[in-house]
Amino acid sequence: MADTQIAEDQSSAETSTSKIVTLRIAKSNPEKDSVTKFESFQVSYERWTTVLDAILDVKKHLDHSVAVRYSCRQATCGSCGMKINGRPRLACFTKISELDSDVVTVEPMSNYPIVRDLVVDLEKMFDTHKEMKPFMVREDTEITPNSRELLQTPEQVEEYIQFANCIKCGLCNSACPTMATDSSFLGPQALAQAYRYVADSRDKGKNERLKIIDDSHGIWRCHFAGSCSQVCPKGVDPAMGIQMLRGYLLGFRK
Amino acid sequence: MKRNENKEGIKGMANPGRYGIERVSYWLMRITGLGLLAYFIGHIYETSSILSGKAAWDSMLELTQTTQGHIFLTLVIGMCVFHTANGIRLMFAHGGIGIGKPTRPDYPYLPHSMNMKNKLCIYASIGIAALAMMYGLSVLFGE
Ligand code: HEM
Ligand code: SF4
Ligand code: FES
Repeated sequence: MADTQIAEDQSSAETSTSKIVTLRIAKSNPEKDSVTKFESFQVSYERWTTVLDAILDVKKHLDHSVAVRYSCRQATCGSCGMKINGRPRLACFTKISELDSDVVTVEPMSNYPIVRDLVVDLEKMFDTHKEMKPFMVREDTEITPNSRELLQTPEQVEEYIQFANCIKCGLCNSACPTMATDSSFLGPQALAQAYRYVADSRDKGKNERLKIIDDSHGIWRCHFAGSCSQVCPKGVDPAMGIQMLRGYLLGFRK
Repeated sequence: MKRNENKEGIKGMANPGRYGIERVSYWLMRITGLGLLAYFIGHIYETSSILSGKAAWDSMLELTQTTQGHIFLTLVIGMCVFHTANGIRLMFAHGGIGIGKPTRPDYPYLPHSMNMKNKLCIYASIGIAALAMMYGLSVLFGE
């Protein structure tokens, strides 16, 4: 491409270990028009350089207009989800070296409205998440003076703790084949969180939540393609949670 | 105005290449389910021809006696076997059976629902569908 530019090498002495990759960034602004343009940049990277590092490198030295959202840079805040070489991933948690490719293409995640460039609007996912009642549902609380702590055995914690790892990055909803065609589907993120609370021994809201997800655009639209679990960066395994929930509704589980 | 949700659409739904064998099985299950449905409707049409007498029935049957007819029937055998075998796996999985159990996650976070048992069942479903098709071919063309 004609507008290919080379980033100035910032690293100090050990330049010999760095390699060059072509970073293609999808640029679009839906407020202006519906055109998506790919711009290519040559970026040098080390074994440990993440895709987010590379994008920020471009932003700092080559094109400051690139829109990208990030915060923690350590797979904790869930803001940097994007499509990297065709698959939803966290940019801060994906090393360029692990992609094993001379060209790295970054695009906004599918199945969300685009704000600009790599930034998508997660509002609807958060709303659906809230619909699942993501809190303990019970009469008493731990904080009223006369009640006791709500104790759990390590086994009881294991029932839900992996699902509590969710950082609401939205990668799962972006990979889901049902999400790709159905705007009303609750999606793996929300369903996995419904399971997280249903499986918690302190919670009493199981029936309420089962009623919410037992909907024509709810849990029955899952066909166990498993792509949510393939892309989840936190080991949540939404597909497992969804099948477990369906087990309750079908009477396989109590 | 409704915002453009940038949905991947049918293309994204169908593309079975990006997310491993489970996504391939999802795709095959859909295709074979719809294929069987189409076959089933065609089959009712075919067999109802008997109401128009023996001649109509015989001429309908001749359609399957051609090379194209044999290949079509072989595909139906394959679809049927894969759909049934994978369907049995899915009926268990959809009830939460055979998909592992929740644990304290440890890096590198291999999802337990995508376990070897399920993968093997998918490969086995494809395998016996292929075997059934080969057997079908040998019967249909070996007469
Ligand atoms: C014993 C045989 C069969 C078994 C065990 C079986 C099992 C299943 C299961 C478990 C599903 C749900 C898959 C999912 O959730 O993605 C399914 C879907 C489906 N089946 Fe069957 N099935 C059988 C025979 C048939 C036949 C004979 C037909 C056609 C007349 C058929 C047509 C369909 C269709 C159209 C779907 C929907 C596909 C989709 O939406 O992905 N099935 N089957
Ligand atoms: S389940 Fe995993 S992929 Fe989905 S939002 Fe939570 S952390 Fe992200
Ligand atoms: S920047 Fe926080 S998850 Fe990537």
